[in-house]
Amino acid sequence: MGTTDPAAAAPASGSPNAYAVPAPTPLVIAGESLTSRLVLGTGGFDRMEELAAACAVSGTSMVTVAMRRVDPSQQGSLIDTLDRAGVRILPNTAGCFTAREAVRTAELAREALETNWVKLEVIGDDRTLLPDAAELLDGAEQLVARGFTVLPYATDDPVLCRRLEDAGCAAVMPLGSPIGSGRGIANPINIALIAEQAGVPVVLDAGIGTASQAAQAMELGCDAVLLATAVSRAADPVRMAAAMKAGVEAGWLAHGAGRIPIRTWARASTTPEGMADLG
Amino acid sequence: MATAITVNGTAREDLAGGLSVADLVAAHGLPAEGRGVAVAVDGEIVPRGRWAETAIPPGAEVELVQAIQGG
Repeated sequence: MGTTDPAAAAPASGSPNAYAVPAPTPLVIAGESLTSRLVLGTGGFDRMEELAAACAVSGTSMVTVAMRRVDPSQQGSLIDTLDRAGVRILPNTAGCFTAREAVRTAELAREALETNWVKLEVIGDDRTLLPDAAELLDGAEQLVARGFTVLPYATDDPVLCRRLEDAGCAAVMPLGSPIGSGRGIANPINIALIAEQAGVPVVLDAGIGTASQAAQAMELGCDAVLLATAVSRAADPVRMAAAMKAGVEAGWLAHGAGRIPIRTWARASTTPEGMADLG
Repeated sequence: MATAITVNGTAREDLAGGLSVADLVAAHGLPAEGRGVAVAVDGEIVPRGRWAETAIPPGAEVELVQAIQGG
């Protein structure tokens, strides 16, 4: 889905500064407006204070959580922390290998968190954590039929993303590279194709390692970026959260600004006319 | 005939059947309002509004889950 409303990118007429830089427009998913285009995963933070600081510094409006059996040794204040941060909570179905498990997990999450939004994750392989496309599509269809707002974590496959959109998903979330790998966007051509064709928001999900890669996702036309490990396992998570905010905003601006074409040969930016004769 | 219930795959001799879902949640030190927590008894999710009135039958298999940190 196009990230940029041309009118929003144009200089604001009547503004005292005719060259005012537009602020990123909200991300709208299923009719709900999110002010930030950075979705933060909560996994991997060692301390709640660090997670809270990362939420604040990144400016995120939505964070993901997982559902697991209650562990009596881990009475945390996760939900309190997130409620205080004022962020929307997006439960995921991490760890599910079948559509059936994922639907079940989504139903538990809906009850636990009073939201019908779900990040649908159906993994096909333990080592790569790559999505199982067949189970993913099956799970998406079942969840849409049960009234969920489905945000599927998908492979960077334009055909699969189109099928997920056709199934009624509220967004598509293609991976850049495997979860937690930090390798960035392995197939930028596919990501650009997905962004170009999609009629729902495209959220680049997984594989981001550093801020330039988040910027690249936005430059390729994605509407938002979802990342966790890149921030939570950085040496300084809070500083990286700030970097990711800047990266996403820079990429959004650059995409809307219309980059120059790539050339083989140099093109002088200084006129060759009027050179002094220095004999 | 066992009267104990099974919680998250573990037989709990200390928790006899008949207690309510709300009691079970409290016994695990979870907040009474249950935000972030969900319970399924013998495969059926019990809506939070019915925790107090829903008794867990002897021998029931209970899944007690909560939101945790995750990407």
